[in-house]
Amino acid sequence: MSAATAVAPPETTGSAAGPQETGGGGAARPRVALFVTCLVDLFRPAVGFAAIRLLEAAGCEVEVPEAQTCCGQPAFNTGDRATTEAIVRTILDSFEGYDYVVVPSGSCAGMLAKHLPELFEHEPENRIRAERLAARCHELVSFLVDVRGLRSVESDFAGRLTYHDSCSGLRELKVKDQPRQLLSSIPGVDLVELAEPETCCGFGGTFCVKYPAVSTRMVENKTKDIAATGADTLAAGDLGCLMNMAGRLKREGTPVRAYHIAEILAGTGSTPAIAEPGKR
Amino acid sequence: MQATSLAFETEAKAALANPALQEALGKIKTGWQANRTKAAAALPEFEALRDRGREIKNHTLQHLDLYLEMFEAKVTERGGHVHYARDAAEARAIVLDLCRTAEARAVTKSKSMVAEEIGINEYLEANGIERIETDLGEYIIQLRKERPSHLVGPAAHLTKDQISDTFHEHHHSPRLEDPAALVGEARRVLRQKYFAADVGITGANFLVAETGSFVTVTNEGNAELTQGLPRTHVVITSLEKLVPTMDDAFTLLRLLARSATGQEFSSYTTVMTGPRREGDLDGPESLHIVLVDNGRTKMLGTAFQEMLRCIRCGACMNHCPVYLAAGGHAYGWVYVGPMGSVLTPQFAGIEETYTLPNASTFCGKCEEVCPVRIPLPKLMRHWREVQFERNLTPPTARYGLALWAFFATRPALYRFGTRLAMGLLGLLGKKAGRFRHLPLAGGWTVSRDLPAPSGTTFMAAYKKTRAKVS
Repeated sequence: MSAATAVAPPETTGSAAGPQETGGGGAARPRVALFVTCLVDLFRPAVGFAAIRLLEAAGCEVEVPEAQTCCGQPAFNTGDRATTEAIVRTILDSFEGYDYVVVPSGSCAGMLAKHLPELFEHEPENRIRAERLAARCHELVSFLVDVRGLRSVESDFAGRLTYHDSCSGLRELKVKDQPRQLLSSIPGVDLVELAEPETCCGFGGTFCVKYPAVSTRMVENKTKDIAATGADTLAAGDLGCLMNMAGRLKREGTPVRAYHIAEILAGTGSTPAIAEPGKR
Repeated sequence: MQATSLAFETEAKAALANPALQEALGKIKTGWQANRTKAAAALPEFEALRDRGREIKNHTLQHLDLYLEMFEAKVTERGGHVHYARDAAEARAIVLDLCRTAEARAVTKSKSMVAEEIGINEYLEANGIERIETDLGEYIIQLRKERPSHLVGPAAHLTKDQISDTFHEHHHSPRLEDPAALVGEARRVLRQKYFAADVGITGANFLVAETGSFVTVTNEGNAELTQGLPRTHVVITSLEKLVPTMDDAFTLLRLLARSATGQEFSSYTTVMTGPRREGDLDGPESLHIVLVDNGRTKMLGTAFQEMLRCIRCGACMNHCPVYLAAGGHAYGWVYVGPMGSVLTPQFAGIEETYTLPNASTFCGKCEEVCPVRIPLPKLMRHWREVQFERNLTPPTARYGLALWAFFATRPALYRFGTRLAMGLLGLLGKKAGRFRHLPLAGGWTVSRDLPAPSGTTFMAAYKKTRAKVS
């Protein structure tokens, strides 16, 4: 039995179907390694399982390399090159040999696809390995649409939904139309745009705790924007941004639900929204 | 000038609690930011122009020696003088000397950020020379004894009401409300002073090597009066303003106004070449161009060379959510916003300014709008690397990172540790689904709840599902 059909998260019921031409388990099933990201691993496993279902529906054979922790971005953006390289070495070791590496986060995918080749100035062999890995690395939703040709998904999700463009996915990886295309294919989704979907939510990794006052103003602007759409659901492609926005929405006492886009596309089932009680 | 950038967070907090400032900053968004978007969209070749702008600047920087010599030769040929200043002190001394030679009691000045950078304002006053700022924004902040808060609009931090109050107080006139009336009053006050000045000081937006010309850009025409009326004209500018040809200057001018204010072209764009010739009706008798280095040549050949492409349009700050929340003064030195976060550590030292390259979420909007495609986030990250190397990173961040890295480089240990930690946190947060307070997470929970983890890690849950089927 392949890994692709083996994995089914027990707590969710949604389903996703790929396009006709890649939906069946043909001979050319690419081997995809899922880089789950530290935040999904630690805070919201449902996103990882949703990613697996979507990738399998798009005709991929999904594996989850055991030796994965973090993409190195916290160290990279703190200016600590040595630690960044130490962390990335573990990724180079465990993510070699796959057709693709797929990441349910624009920010971590941006780190792997765009910044890895800047590392290992003094380790030419690892530089080459880093470049190769970077070339195979994709953000989840853009991978589904651009590489696998997915045009629609089957999802039980229903609601008036607004989508926030997380900065790294948008600007480093050009993730913009792909999520909207797939969201629009869900019959129950009423997609409404934010006035400023491309303005940063104020998360910025460690920025939000280094400069909490400025970060707070930025997320306040975002929640105002969300409220103005009348949406009952907020989706985005990065759990960091989502935790920031959901955390602020909860503090303001707003009933808007926040989900990772993978969860919406794969069907949220009975999984409670981010920062809601219940079995996640 | 001593940088006060280390107080960024405190200053930003004060700025956020200042409703007048927030109102003024809001106008940048609905004004310059929105106008730039429209202007860029209206020009089909705008993206191609940006590429061309980057190429022109890169080429010039690669051959800076050649074009400097060419520029100097052309200026000299036309009867002007070029002075090289290695640092701010040298530049101040040169300018004061020129003022003394001209027996200047009063100087008129049009906006020059390099003049701010070398601290010429305080220096002239300390040496008994009256300084008259002729740019409306600079004039306002001179009255208020403030520093510029924006590259293009020095008084961008003020509302019309505050300006009404300032004029009312300093002009001893009835309080005016109408913007046109306010401008009219400033014009009346300033017009007299143009004729009294012995020396006119301007900056330059571009220096043209092939002709020895310099280009100034304003919306008020004040640069023209400043450089054309006094006997002596001193241009305080910097090396990287150089471009090879007039054609190059005009390519960049097409980018400059659109990126800065959303105008197709500024109201006044003047090309000046040499002092007054025989038979000329006006113009200065002597022309001096002070080329300030102040660390710029040290940036050549380093990652920071790309910053020398900057044409000072202010688009990066107009689009920066951090700048638009904190305002310019929080940055604590002459240059503000994302371009300031890269330049200020160069001029004022990273020890005094490491807060600035950290005052960014790396959202990338600044790079997206930069007319000469400067990778501002990358350059801010480079400063963070310098900061880390020099042990300037705050201990909490340093030790937190080291602890995280210890586990992150040991996947098995990480698995074990995170499973325990998330199990505990998940249990604590199970009922509410989130935390209102959590030890060590005060920076987060001060204004937002922290979503609780599910209690099991993905890796553990995944392993379980795999075990079930095999």
